[in-house]
Amino acid sequence: MTQLNINVHHVTRVEGHGNIIVNAKDGKLEEIRWEIPESPRFFEAMMRGRNYEDVAIIAPRICGICSIAHATASIQASEAAFGVQLSEQTMLLRKLLFNAETLQSHVLHFYFLAAPDFLGVGSVFPLASTHKEVVLRALRLKKLANDLADLIGGRKTHPMACTVGGFAKLPEVSQLKTMQQRLTEAMDDLKETVKLFKGLNIPNFIRETEYIALNDPKEYAFISGDISSTDTGTTPITNYLDMTNEFCVPQSTAKFSKHNRDSYMVGALARFNNNYSQLSSAAQEASDELGLKPICHNPYMISVAQIVESVDTVEDSLKLIDQLITRGLKEEKPDVKVKAGRGIGAVEAPRGILFHDYTYNDKGILMEANCVIPTNQNHNNIQKDMEALVPHIINETREEITPMLEMLVRAYDPCISCSAHFLEVKFI
Amino acid sequence: MKPKLAFFDFTGCEGCQLEVLNFETELVELLQHVDIVNFREAISEKGQDYEIAFIDGAVTTESEIPRIEKIRQQAKILVAMGACACLGGVNCLKNFHPMEENLKIVYGANACEYVWYYNTIPARPVSAVVPVEYELPGCPMNRYEFIKLAKALLLGKKFELPNYPVCVECKQAGNVCAFDRGEICLGPVTRAGCNAICITNGRRCWGCRGLVDDPNVNSEKEILQKHGLTVADILGQFRLFDGYLEVSK
Repeated sequence: MTQLNINVHHVTRVEGHGNIIVNAKDGKLEEIRWEIPESPRFFEAMMRGRNYEDVAIIAPRICGICSIAHATASIQASEAAFGVQLSEQTMLLRKLLFNAETLQSHVLHFYFLAAPDFLGVGSVFPLASTHKEVVLRALRLKKLANDLADLIGGRKTHPMACTVGGFAKLPEVSQLKTMQQRLTEAMDDLKETVKLFKGLNIPNFIRETEYIALNDPKEYAFISGDISSTDTGTTPITNYLDMTNEFCVPQSTAKFSKHNRDSYMVGALARFNNNYSQLSSAAQEASDELGLKPICHNPYMISVAQIVESVDTVEDSLKLIDQLITRGLKEEKPDVKVKAGRGIGAVEAPRGILFHDYTYNDKGILMEANCVIPTNQNHNNIQKDMEALVPHIINETREEITPMLEMLVRAYDPCISCSAHFLEVKFI
Repeated sequence: MKPKLAFFDFTGCEGCQLEVLNFETELVELLQHVDIVNFREAISEKGQDYEIAFIDGAVTTESEIPRIEKIRQQAKILVAMGACACLGGVNCLKNFHPMEENLKIVYGANACEYVWYYNTIPARPVSAVVPVEYELPGCPMNRYEFIKLAKALLLGKKFELPNYPVCVECKQAGNVCAFDRGEICLGPVTRAGCNAICITNGRRCWGCRGLVDDPNVNSEKEILQKHGLTVADILGQFRLFDGYLEVSK
């Protein structure tokens, strides 16, 4: 009798805490579990009774990596509740700020968290001596993204210049021009990134699933549009609860989700599969070169989709800065009149579609909140992927199976702190 | 021998660990002088042999208490990073609602049966559980202050946080006073060291670096009165990051 027991306690190089449990006997799988033991934080309870401005300050603290996504979803939910109209300048700046985080988070993921697996090291740190050029390039791209976020949002982690209705501080045109120059130069670094990843041996594992992402007829959507599913088409964001259907499972402080099938995927690959035709030409060229085509059913390709999106993000940022410089920046006072009501904000965080749903009273005090986090929506898909993958590799050794599963979890770029911080709260 | 560093996350957003990764060029330099043996967010190795431990996040579950005690036993120097580890941070907002109520709200009708999993306790800073040598406050912590501390520790020099209010740095930055813009600002009583970043960006101070030693409360009260505000107004603001102070009194 051969017994296989795998217990990866706290998977490394992911944001937050997750465990992988596999038990098999004589080549037969008995148990497989993706566990989320993260401490719950009760964010909805924390926001209760706070005014909308404080809510926008608390919300980013859900996650250090995607704080701009949480800030934006929060601000847009409040704006929807109050019926705030936004200027074109605000929308341009908001998109530019959002791009900065997408780029920063993607670079962090594919260079710092995912790449070490393919290069056979435990982390990015030893690469500083063996692959110095790679590390310096990663740091350059990350610094560019961080500096752009600092310029537009005031600070990369927990931005404060973006507010309900507008921006409290505007960048100087000269600063935007410097950024334009650096973004242009970054295209070379991204080309090198494409070359590097083209040469890596990405596991070939296919499991068909449903892909859900925002879709906007006008552009490759990050902060606007409807919910789109590769199975069922589009529906307004106000119907988000019909898509996410969160439920509890015994092994997790985070909720799991399903829609049209057993599970669904959100994130870079889901966006790519839904909105490929709207990517910039350079991004489409990068995806050709990397061998990524819609609809791709290999979850290990999520990192590759992130590289493609990074190219798109830099190109889009160049366009946005052009528009901002051409039209000139002017101070605008946010026009916010609070009223009682409910509003929903939906954005594409780096890891996938994120919803904030707020109900305010007539004083602009938050009465009820619900937030649905991308990683929560992916947990069930990770579990189903593991259930499909392990029987194929069950006769391999523990030393071979374990990294395959860890790499699978890492591919999803999970943000577990976020996902466990939300338990549906109904305020009485 | 290079000193061995370890990073541990408790309940928080891991934004302060991310700030360490955000050093870019300085990070490469730092790595020449130290060994990072444990940093779950960034590396696979899980070394238990370290001299300096950096903690981010607050203590909010029962299981986190023995965990921090064990780290304390191993580490010669324990550093709390960020508002959550230093002050309890936004986590303490939940302390203002009775835990039974929080649980009832969360696990009410049709909720999880698995309440055992959520061994949640009132949120508290690291120093409420074990002694801490250094604190790097802020939400997130100021990464340049982290480098300053790292240098001081490597060279065996003294490290001290500024002991004057944010107003001093705000004046130096040439900002219009947030009170004059009609906002409630905690700058007059909050510890400096952030270069008044929030006010410089057109906002106000939310007190994420905690109170300066011996804050001039009377002067803050005077400012409040001048602008028609009450102590209740400002307490509500303090609860955002400094709620633990209020509850622990």
